[in-house]
Amino acid sequence: MSDRSQTRKAPGELLLSLRGISKNFGAVSALTDIDLDIHAGEVVALVGDNGAGKSTLVKVLAGVHQASSGSIEFQGKPVTMASPAAALHLGIATVFQDLALCENLDVVANIFLGQELNPLRLDEVAMEVRAWTLLNELAARIPSVREPIASLSGGQRQTVAIARSLLLNPKIIMLDEPTAALGVAQTAEVLNLVERVRDKGLGVIMISHNMEDVRAVADRIVVLRLGRNNGVFTPDASNQELVGAITGATDNAVSRRAERLREAAGEPL
Amino acid sequence: MSQNLDRADARVTHATGLSGTIKAFMDRVKSGDLGSLPVVVGLAIIWTVFTALNPIFLSPNNLVNLLFDCSTTGVIALGIVCVLMLGEIDLSVGSMSGVGSALIGVLWVNQGVPLPVAIGTAVALGALIGAVYATLRNRLGMPSFVSTLSGLLALLGLQLYMLGATGSINLPYGSKMVEFGQLLILPSWLSYTLALIPGIVMLVVGRSTNARRRAANLSAGSSTGLFIKAVLTTIALLAIVAYLSLGRGVPWMFALFVALVLAMNYALTRTQWGRSMKAVGGNAEAARRAGINVRGIYISAFMLCSGLAALGGVLSAARLASSSQQAGTGDVNLNAIAAAVIGGTSLFGGRGTAFSALLGIIVIQSIANGLTLLNLSSSLRYMITGAVLAIAVIVDSLARQSRASHGRA
Repeated sequence: MSDRSQTRKAPGELLLSLRGISKNFGAVSALTDIDLDIHAGEVVALVGDNGAGKSTLVKVLAGVHQASSGSIEFQGKPVTMASPAAALHLGIATVFQDLALCENLDVVANIFLGQELNPLRLDEVAMEVRAWTLLNELAARIPSVREPIASLSGGQRQTVAIARSLLLNPKIIMLDEPTAALGVAQTAEVLNLVERVRDKGLGVIMISHNMEDVRAVADRIVVLRLGRNNGVFTPDASNQELVGAITGATDNAVSRRAERLREAAGEPL
Repeated sequence: MSQNLDRADARVTHATGLSGTIKAFMDRVKSGDLGSLPVVVGLAIIWTVFTALNPIFLSPNNLVNLLFDCSTTGVIALGIVCVLMLGEIDLSVGSMSGVGSALIGVLWVNQGVPLPVAIGTAVALGALIGAVYATLRNRLGMPSFVSTLSGLLALLGLQLYMLGATGSINLPYGSKMVEFGQLLILPSWLSYTLALIPGIVMLVVGRSTNARRRAANLSAGSSTGLFIKAVLTTIALLAIVAYLSLGRGVPWMFALFVALVLAMNYALTRTQWGRSMKAVGGNAEAARRAGINVRGIYISAFMLCSGLAALGGVLSAARLASSSQQAGTGDVNLNAIAAAVIGGTSLFGGRGTAFSALLGIIVIQSIANGLTLLNLSSSLRYMITGAVLAIAVIVDSLARQSRASHGRA
């Protein structure tokens, strides 16, 4: 948190760059002409009303859906993401809103799900060590990695899901509503986690409805509205501006003209 | 000494020493993580009752017979464990075993096809049918309950068609096949040697794991505890072999069954495939997003189930020395499914062990065997087996609720 202003001054390498991404489901355009840049070591918050297209955008980036048109560049190279595995392989990890954990398996098994070491004779010792290393890097407090996920609290499960996303050393991690189901203390812990991940030099995309959380960790706030870009803000933008952009309450020709005039006159926003 | 990696959290009490291990076990049971406990207790009760009613029940030769009978349905139950693990069901295993049995009669006895080829054909046909069930489920979303129910009827028809008008084909007495099903016993030196192996493996693997854990700065179990466990296991197995050797000895067919159980246990607990099976049974969508080939897992489970059912049919043909229209009908189907459930494999998916097939089938065959010794009709046998199954499912359900309330899934 302390060095956020510094990070903002010097954003890292450009990791991911979306240009003109559109996604249609039949007659519905869920996304239209979306542009988005993600740099290393920055947290980009993706905000918007229900149905604004946030989750669709995350799914496009996670390889769950394929964009109808537009281009995605990853580290300067154009890429297509045909499947979740392809996105993972590129280095884009996703923590889904429902976490997608298996409650009947223990923490180690969940972290290594689908990526087990030594498939024909599981290397439990090596996996357990790596699991503890990942959890310790996140300063997570998990009582035991040999307990089934069902015995963990919501915040602890979130931690396990984030630790799992870090397993393959991704460049970018996407968190879909990481704090939606959490209490005050657990939310703070997850926000701490997000900052630690950012400080490791990863790009973080975070979806949230909670303006406080967004403001607390985001370096940039990207607003989507009805499937379109509707402004990029810094965390010190006023609540009114943000809410206006999200709901579209101020999104009309008059307000835009007034804004333009003010900018031209060199007045602060 | 520096703190172990997995012992950093002061809020958690860890079991240390023998008393700690016992206490941890009690806590697990209380929270509903019962494992094999209910079936072991149930088996003890059943054996006590039958022995009290008729002491012949516990005679070595009767137990050897029991083990012969266990092996055929047990192999089928082992396949059922695979599909139950995914929260699916295969209702056609009885008919499938009937088809396996009929194929042996038709191919080997009538057509003169070499025996290994006939057995291979039966198992391959089973695997193919399993692949069909899985494909129906994967591509058309057909619930396995329905697809295997129609499979039950279709396969029963196939069995009757193959056996034709005569209705049954006798396997030649004196052939290796029939001897395997009725007579062949492990030589005693071999059975004692095999009884020593689990303890030795336990000790060797346990010691090397403990050494690796210590080297990796993780907590390791005590070597004394490991040693005690290995010695107790060895003593128990040697006692069983010694007791059975008072009669005929350990049947080859039962040894084959146990070997399959051990192989399945390894596959389910120590391989990526087994981990994926549990994951798909627990949360198929999470498994898919983790990059697991969920469809492939379904295919493998159904193929194993039907393949093992066909193999069980082959074994039952050997046991009965005939391929008949009765093979695989009646209670075979339900006994196999009941065995897996009674042994502790959950109907709700995601929980189960290969050993549940072994324990469950011993329970079911003990009831059948004990009631036969008491000269009671099969009507009573069905009722009692039904009651035991109901109790097993109730225990599973209650344990599941208890686990949920104790936060153990």
